[in-house]
Amino acid sequence: MDAIFLQILNGLDKGSAYALIALGLTLIFGTLGVVNFAHGALFMIGAFCAVTLQRILTLSFETIDPERLDFLGNPLKVKTPYVESWFGPEMGAAIIDWSVPLAILFSIPIMALVGLMMERGLIKHFYKRPHADQILVTFGLAIVLQEIIKYFYGANPIPTPAPAAFAGSFDFGAMLGFDPNVIIYPYWRIVYFLFSAAIIGGVFAFLQFTTFGMVVRAGMADRQTVGLLGIDIDRRFTIMFALAAVVAGLAGVMYAPINSPNYHMGMDFLVLSFVVVVVGGMGSLPGAVLAGFVLGILESFASMAQVVALFPGINQIVIYLVAIIILLTRPRGLMGRKGVMES
Amino acid sequence: MLGLDKKDTSTFLLVVALVVFAPFLLNPFPDGSELAQFNAGYPDLMQRFLIFGIFAIGFNILFGLTGYLSFGHAAFLGVGSYAGVWMMKLLTMNVVPAIIMSVIFAGLFSLLVGYISLRRSGIYFSILTLAFAQMSFSLAYSVLTPITNGETGLQLNLDDPRVLGVSQVGGSIPAANFFGLAMRDSYELVLGNWLFTFNAGYYLCAVVMIAAFYVSVRIFRSPFGMMLRAVKSNQNRMNFTGLNSRPYTLAAFVISGMYAGLAGGLMVAMDPLAGAERMQWTASGEVVLMTILGGAGTLIGPVLGAGFIKYCENIFSKINDNILYQWFSALPDAVADFLVFIIHPFIGKGWHLTLGIMFMLIVIFLPGGIMEGISRIGKLFSRKKAEQGPNGTAAPAPAE
Repeated sequence: MDAIFLQILNGLDKGSAYALIALGLTLIFGTLGVVNFAHGALFMIGAFCAVTLQRILTLSFETIDPERLDFLGNPLKVKTPYVESWFGPEMGAAIIDWSVPLAILFSIPIMALVGLMMERGLIKHFYKRPHADQILVTFGLAIVLQEIIKYFYGANPIPTPAPAAFAGSFDFGAMLGFDPNVIIYPYWRIVYFLFSAAIIGGVFAFLQFTTFGMVVRAGMADRQTVGLLGIDIDRRFTIMFALAAVVAGLAGVMYAPINSPNYHMGMDFLVLSFVVVVVGGMGSLPGAVLAGFVLGILESFASMAQVVALFPGINQIVIYLVAIIILLTRPRGLMGRKGVMES
Repeated sequence: MLGLDKKDTSTFLLVVALVVFAPFLLNPFPDGSELAQFNAGYPDLMQRFLIFGIFAIGFNILFGLTGYLSFGHAAFLGVGSYAGVWMMKLLTMNVVPAIIMSVIFAGLFSLLVGYISLRRSGIYFSILTLAFAQMSFSLAYSVLTPITNGETGLQLNLDDPRVLGVSQVGGSIPAANFFGLAMRDSYELVLGNWLFTFNAGYYLCAVVMIAAFYVSVRIFRSPFGMMLRAVKSNQNRMNFTGLNSRPYTLAAFVISGMYAGLAGGLMVAMDPLAGAERMQWTASGEVVLMTILGGAGTLIGPVLGAGFIKYCENIFSKINDNILYQWFSALPDAVADFLVFIIHPFIGKGWHLTLGIMFMLIVIFLPGGIMEGISRIGKLFSRKKAEQGPNGTAAPAPAE
C-alpha cells in the first residue's frame, strides 16, 4: 500500500511536466493547426531563463579585504554580488536564494516574446503547408534553438537549486499513519505539482470563463465562421501561441531544480510529450492533461523493483508501449475528437 | 538500357560515373595546398557518402513515394548493424553473410513495425514509428545488453567462435574481407602533387550502392511505384475504388527498412562495431534531413542530400578559428577579428547550428530540396534559350 502511494507521488511531478508541455502542444495544434516540434525547445528555454536569472543575480564585484589573508599571506579577494551590496547582505542573499521562483516573473515576458516572434516570423507562413512541412521546419528550429543555448551555456547540466526553504522532504507516511520515513517526498516536487495544477486550472478557467477564451474556443470549433463575424481570430490565435509558449516556459523554469538544465532536455521531453498528446487525443485539452498524469504515474509504477524484476526493461519502454496499445485500440486517443488529423 | 528509358539511363550512368570516379572527383586540390582540407577523397568519408546514400534512397522509397513520414528508420539500421556484427562474431569475417543477414533481420523487424504502424497515417504513423524506435533504443541500452553489449557497443573479440573462419590471426582479430580481399586494402596512386586512394571497401559499397540505386529507379518506374504515388496523392480515393492500399504501403515500408539494414550491414563491413546510439531518434531525424535536403520523391536527390550533409559535417566541424584567420590574413586585423567572431558559432562544434539553419531555409524556400533548386535554375536558362530560339517553344517540364 505505501509503495503504491509512493509511486503515485513520484509520478505526479514528471506527469505535471508532461501535462504542461502537452497542454501547450494541444493548444497550438487546436488553434493554429500546427504540429510544433519546437515546443520542447520552449520548455528548455524556460529552464534556461531560471539559469540566466540566477547568473544575473549572482553577478559580483571583487574587493580586496586587507584584514583577511589567504593561505599564502596575500590579502583575500572577496566576491560580493551586486544585489547584496544594493539591498544589504541578508536581503540580497534571500533574493539569490529565491532566484528560481523569481525567474517565473522574469520568464513570462521573455517566453511571450519568443512565442510571438516564432509565430509571426515563421509559423504564420506554414498554416497552409502540409503537416510534414510543419514538423520539419519546427524540428529545424528546435535544433537551432538548442544549439544556440549550447553555444552560450555549454554542454554540461547547470545545477539550479531551489530555495533553501524547500530543500528538505516531507514525510507523507507519518501524516497518513504509515511508518515514518517510508513515504518521503521532496518539498520542491510538491510545489511543482501544485504550481502546474494552478497553471492548468488557470488555462482552463481562462478558456472557459473569459470572453477572449470563448472566442478562442469558437475559433477552434469553426475558424471561418468566427472570422466572418468580424472577429480578428488570427490575432487571438497568435496570443494563444504566446500563451502556450509561456506555459511551456513556466514548466521549464520550475523544473530546473528537479533536473539540472542541459541543452537537450527539450528534445528528451518533446518526444515523450508528443506521445502524451497522441495518447490523450490530438486536439483535446483535458485529454492531454489526463494522459500526461496517467503516463507519468505509469512510468513511475513501472520503475518499481518488483515490476522490473517481473518484466525486465519495462521502465524504459512503458510509455511507448502504452502509446502503441492505445493508438491501435482507440485510434483517436483517450479523449480525441472526431475529424482531427484524419485527412 | 537495362529496362530503363533514355532519361533514366542517363541519370543512372551519371550516378555510376560519379561513384566510380569519386576518388578523383572528390580530390580536386593538390596535397599540401591550403585548399587540401576541402578534399573529401579519403576512404572513410567516401564510404559514409555511399552508406548514407543507400539509407536515404531507401527512406525515399517510403517517404518520397507514399508520403508516410517515418521517424524511426534508424532502428532498422541499428538492427542491421547488430545482425552484421553477430555474423562476424559467429560465422566468418567475410562481409557477405554479414550484409545478407543485416538485410534479412532489418526486413523482418520492419515487417513487424510496419504491420502495426501502418494501421494509422499522418502524425499518428510518425509517432508510432518513433515509439518503436525509441523502444528499441532503450531496450538495446538496458535489457538486451547480452545481445547488444549496452553502452560499450558490440565489438569483435579474440575468442569469438567464427566457425567458418578463424578466431584470430597471429593474436589479433582478422580483418573484414570480401573473399580474401580485405576491406581496408587500398591502392594509392600518386600523380604529381595529388594522392588518390582507391579503397576496396569503398568499391564494395559502390557496387552495392549502384545496385540499390538501380532497384530504386525500377521501383519508381514500376506499376508498384505508381500505386505508391497514388497512396500519396489520395489514399481515400484509392480505397473507394475497392483497392486495399495497405499491402502496397507495407511492402514499401519493408523495402525501405531493408535498405536501412543494408546500410547498417555495410557500416559494419567497413568498421565492425555497432552501438545503440545509431538507433536514437536523432539518427532517424538525420536521414529525414538528408532526403528533404536533396529532394524527396526524386531519384537522385536523397543521394545528393546524404553526400551534402556528410561533407558539410566533415568540413564544417574541421574548420577552426586558426584556419579562419589564415583565410582572412589579407584583411586588416580588426575586420578579420570581427569576421571570425561572427563565423565562430557556426563552425567546429557548432556545425549543428549551421545544419539546423540550412535545413530551415530549405524547408521554407525550397520544399523540393536541392533538386528543385537545380530544376528552377535549369528552367531559368531554358526559358532564355526558348526566347532566343526560332521556335519559341515552352519550357520543358522540370526534370524529376
